[in-house]
Amino acid sequence: MATQSSRSAARLMMAPAVILLLGWMLVPLVMTLLFSFKKYLPLRGGDLGWVGFENYVRFVTSSAFWPSVSATLIIVGGVLIITVGLGVLLAILLNQPMWGQGIVRILVISPFFVMPTVSALVWKNMFMDPVNGLFAHIWKFFGAAPIEWLSQASMQSIILIVSWQWLPFATLILLTAIQSLDREQLEAAEMDGAAPLQRFGYVTLPHLGRAITVVVLIQTIFLLGIFAEIFVTTQGSFGTRTLTYLIYQRVLESQNVGLGSAGGVYAIILANIIAIFLMRMVGKNLDQ
Amino acid sequence: MGRITLDKVSKRFGDVEVIPPLDLTIEDGDFTVFVGPSGCGKSTLLRLIAGLEDTSGGQIRIDSQDATHVPPAKRGLAMVFQSYALYPHMSVRKNIAFPMKMAGVSEDEQNRRIDAAAKALNLTDYLDRRPGQLSGGQRQRVAIGRAIVREPAAFLFDEPLSNLDAALRVGMRLEISELHKRLRTTMIYVTHDQVEAMTMADKIVVLRAGHIEQVGSPLELYRAPRNTFVAGFIGSPKMNLIDGPEAARHGAHTIGIRPEHIDVVEENGTWQGTVGVAEHLGSDTFFHIHNTGLAETLTVRALGEVTLSHGDAIHLSPRAELIHKFDAQGLRIE
Amino acid sequence: MARAVTSRRKIINTAAAWTVGLLIFFPILWTILTSFKTEATAIADPPVFIGFDWTLENYATVLERSDYARFLWNSIIIAGGSTILGILVAVPAAWSMAFVPSKRTKDILLWMLSTKMLPAVGVLYPIYLIFIKLGLLDSRTGLVIVLMLMNLPIIVWMLYTYFREIPGEILEAARMDGASLKEEILYVLTPMAVPGIASTLLLNFILAWNEAFWTLNLTAAKAAPLTAFIASYSSPEGLFYAKLSAASTMAIVPILILGWFSQKQLVSGLTFGAVK
Repeated sequence: MATQSSRSAARLMMAPAVILLLGWMLVPLVMTLLFSFKKYLPLRGGDLGWVGFENYVRFVTSSAFWPSVSATLIIVGGVLIITVGLGVLLAILLNQPMWGQGIVRILVISPFFVMPTVSALVWKNMFMDPVNGLFAHIWKFFGAAPIEWLSQASMQSIILIVSWQWLPFATLILLTAIQSLDREQLEAAEMDGAAPLQRFGYVTLPHLGRAITVVVLIQTIFLLGIFAEIFVTTQGSFGTRTLTYLIYQRVLESQNVGLGSAGGVYAIILANIIAIFLMRMVGKNLDQ
Repeated sequence: MGRITLDKVSKRFGDVEVIPPLDLTIEDGDFTVFVGPSGCGKSTLLRLIAGLEDTSGGQIRIDSQDATHVPPAKRGLAMVFQSYALYPHMSVRKNIAFPMKMAGVSEDEQNRRIDAAAKALNLTDYLDRRPGQLSGGQRQRVAIGRAIVREPAAFLFDEPLSNLDAALRVGMRLEISELHKRLRTTMIYVTHDQVEAMTMADKIVVLRAGHIEQVGSPLELYRAPRNTFVAGFIGSPKMNLIDGPEAARHGAHTIGIRPEHIDVVEENGTWQGTVGVAEHLGSDTFFHIHNTGLAETLTVRALGEVTLSHGDAIHLSPRAELIHKFDAQGLRIE
Repeated sequence: MARAVTSRRKIINTAAAWTVGLLIFFPILWTILTSFKTEATAIADPPVFIGFDWTLENYATVLERSDYARFLWNSIIIAGGSTILGILVAVPAAWSMAFVPSKRTKDILLWMLSTKMLPAVGVLYPIYLIFIKLGLLDSRTGLVIVLMLMNLPIIVWMLYTYFREIPGEILEAARMDGASLKEEILYVLTPMAVPGIASTLLLNFILAWNEAFWTLNLTAAKAAPLTAFIASYSSPEGLFYAKLSAASTMAIVPILILGWFSQKQLVSGLTFGAVK
């Protein structure tokens, strides 16, 4: 609904954003693709020529690959289950009438705004330190031997830290979704004889379905790339080396750019598979 | 002055031709109503005149000047939108002043015109409020005020009453009609409501699928609809349209008779049927008649309070001189 | 209609919600409390909650370390610069997509979103290489650019969502009223869009402030922001709980407060309008 002149002005105004993003996407992507087919060791001779799919094969067959995939899946899956599960419960709780709802909301949302490096360090030292951490004190209070969280229960610890950071996000979105539920729907279900649990199962949960899907998709994309939390706590040891961290180590620590780039391509493909589902949902929303 | 001429104006969105080439002249000072079912292109036509849409072909002339490619602001037209489109961050006074501010009218003149418009529209007490603090009817008046102060060549109204409740709508309808009587400025008014069209217009333009079906005064359209579409669209309740042997008996493919032109008689009526639903309005009674063998239902208006109820047999006699005849293409046979 | 809730139920709700809320908030609270303790109290066994001698010495120490101010300044420049630059590029784009949509608008929006989903680690080395070539490594300019590009899709989306809520008829009314494109943007669009632009600014400032992949990998001593400064505490020799807490508190509290103001926008901003 517009005239010709405003349409050409619009195209002009869109150009900077489109061109910048196009460059930001294409240039590094093409470079990564090129490197992935090369033997490229910046500190040991640099560009040593084309090697075909050797890097792809090596990356997948290296002993570190499958453990890193499983570590990634366990962290992502664990965090998703915890944040969505607790998030639904919290959202329902926060939606009840109470005093000081606004303040509780603020308390719950806060961890999301904490810098990842800060939250990782605070958890690592002040809570999970086997000598001076708060958990150690609690364990000792109950007469148990303190746990060396980040080595003995490394995965659980990372999942705990990351879940703490992302629970607010899940809660907030689910709360928003719950608040948009038409009260009359619940009242109709009540008139139809549905008990509270049935009302939750037949009305509330289906209503939340879309929001849960969005939470899962967005969190997955961010969680696949978590870096600071591992960088600060375990540096990838004790079985916490995720795919992202493995690639990071290949590229920056062992300076094997070809191998790392092949890993990067795998990561990009993985992220894209998830992204397609997310985009489909968001796209549907645009049509309305 | 505000004589608007459309010369073979057409509009297509991509491959879809919403308005095929169309000619229309709107005389200076006329109150013209574009009416038609939703999707008939009436709003698009108004937006073409406003300049909010580019024409795909043809020429628009305002007072004999070619305005086809003139930007909206320079056409000297004012528009009242369906949603009123008031600026939410400005007070009523600033809203009304905005077009004058854009035109560089002096401050004194602005205030003079605002005060005059506010007085005419009963807005004087609300000038310092924001649109959000006003009722629907008041917002509507602000939108009209914003249009008046520009002293435009013509006013364009895009379904301005559709967001108001029924009672308010009748009141605003009168106010707009009175405004037109007072200003004598050309007004083009888009609506899907044929009652608004009949009550307000000097001239009605009936549109369907981008085509003009008929142009004329309300009574011309009522008395002599050019085809079955106009016949069914103008008038309330709708004209009864009857096909088949009864139509053939009148030498037509279809005949039409308005509910108010059928008399309820004691016996020996031309037509017989049974009463379905009876709607008692007090002044009139509308009967929906079944089993006439003519059409699914026949609507009949009886004056005053008639005590016939569901299932009763009824005798009807149409006034022969008021039967409209249409051919197989749906066109009127004189 | 809201039904009368028995006060007993309300009390239970309140108690449960506050308990959970405080539990979730506790690590932050604990960090803030510890920042006012002496190093000895900070690791005391059993731990002390409130009954300790409050001290500001940790803040003094952290602030005295001449480099803290530089990290802070870097954070402000990088987060602020990337956000403002992003807004400048995104406002015209979002404006045209919201008000002059074409058949391709939806595809462009989704494509922009897809660039956000590119895993950073996948393109780490190319960016690293480009930065070396352009002399942008360990420079604030470089990070401003990268974070701007990284958040640009979110900024465009957020602004698009806000702009789309402004009814198009109002802009048409302005056009009919004789406003030029410039006047339309200046007098009508901008005043109506200011709240949306402000919350977009806020949320993206927060995201950029907390970004911890590029800021850790593309900086060394010169341009490192607070994320890197805090990360430097992870080496054991630098570990003093009270000082770590003071530094952390200073890094998160301003953002926390900004975050509380932007929590409403957070949902639509981060779900790209899929949840309202």
